[in-house]
Amino acid sequence: MNLNVTMIAQAVTFFVFIFFCAKFVWPPMVKAIEARQKQIADGLTAAEEGKKSLDSASKQAEAAIAQARARATEIVAQAEKRVSQMIEEAKNAAKAEGDREKAAAKSEIEQEVSRAKETLRTQVATLAVAGAEKILKREVDAKAHADILADVQKQL
Amino acid sequence: MAAEGQELTPTSYIGHHLTNRTVSLGDSPFWTLHLDTWLTAVVLGVVGFGFLWWIARGATAGVPNKRQAFVEMLFDFVDDQVKGIFHGNRAFVAPLALTVFVWVFLMNAMDFIPVDLAALFTEHGLHQHEWKPVPTSDVNTTFALALSVWALMLFYNVKVKGVGGWTHELFCTPFGSNILLMPLNFLFNVVEYVSKPLSHSLRLYGNIYAGEIIFMLLWMWAATGLIGSVAGGVLALGWAIFHILIVALQAYIFMMLTIVYMAMAHESH
Repeated sequence: MNLNVTMIAQAVTFFVFIFFCAKFVWPPMVKAIEARQKQIADGLTAAEEGKKSLDSASKQAEAAIAQARARATEIVAQAEKRVSQMIEEAKNAAKAEGDREKAAAKSEIEQEVSRAKETLRTQVATLAVAGAEKILKREVDAKAHADILADVQKQL
Repeated sequence: MAAEGQELTPTSYIGHHLTNRTVSLGDSPFWTLHLDTWLTAVVLGVVGFGFLWWIARGATAGVPNKRQAFVEMLFDFVDDQVKGIFHGNRAFVAPLALTVFVWVFLMNAMDFIPVDLAALFTEHGLHQHEWKPVPTSDVNTTFALALSVWALMLFYNVKVKGVGGWTHELFCTPFGSNILLMPLNFLFNVVEYVSKPLSHSLRLYGNIYAGEIIFMLLWMWAATGLIGSVAGGVLALGWAIFHILIVALQAYIFMMLTIVYMAMAHESH
């Protein structure tokens, strides 16, 4: 154990190395490490955000799909309703048209019938008058007995 | 490696390997420089910190290569230790801890080189008859480190707490600020401040010096014939493997104590 100037030399050397380390070795290394740590942290944050936005996007897409599906169902239902409505309308229109035509035909028939009746009545009256003329063998004044004839006509 | 014509005895062998290469810078014994201790330490420091500087200069924040990853592991390790003990700005204390750890580790690791192999190089390469290759087995080195840390501790005590604050701490801790307790407090603190550098330096010195002595004893045994060679070789291998632990552990302990002393200097009571 002989302490001598070596101690001082070693101490000076020590301080030189401390200075060198603190000035030139430690800062750039720590800077690089911290920069990488920041990069990694940023990357993780970005990944987290990406995941979140992906989640929200897929949620949005799901919602949009569900909405579209509902809308499609609605449209189909509306179309079906419309179709049945149209069919119903067409049916009704056809039925109304038929009814109308039936009614027209019926009234025509009735007119025809009444006309025929009228004709018949007239003819029967004429025949009756002619028959009566023949029976009475005298000329019945058609004018004088018009009221009677009309009466008969009505009774027919 | 005894000198020519000198009888090789255990005492001369060990004595020879523990003799420093000295250079006299002045008249008194104090001005003797242990050239081997100092030069080995400087070369190790230049190589070690040069390597770290080389890596730090080319450090990328992107994907690191294996060298950078290794150095980053070392930095992270040191920084974690400092973070755990020292709460404050680590801009000086962390590099200080790194310097202590790397340098002490490298100097301790010189112990792994068998002294006779090292001597082969120093004798024939450097033409130095005496060369003690382990700087930390020289008490000058450990005292230089411990006293430098001690000086830094005093400096930061004054810088952080002020002369008044530090004086107050010397007289009023750990027992309290009662006037009657002040001498006791001061005595306590003086003992603490004296024991700190002593234990700090002598722990490292003792461990490495003892390790070196045990290596030498085993190598002496290895020179006594076949059985001695085998037994000495096997035991030296075992001791070397165990010594890996001691080398790393002593460097670690020295660093941790440095951090603790720095932390104590920065914390006021």
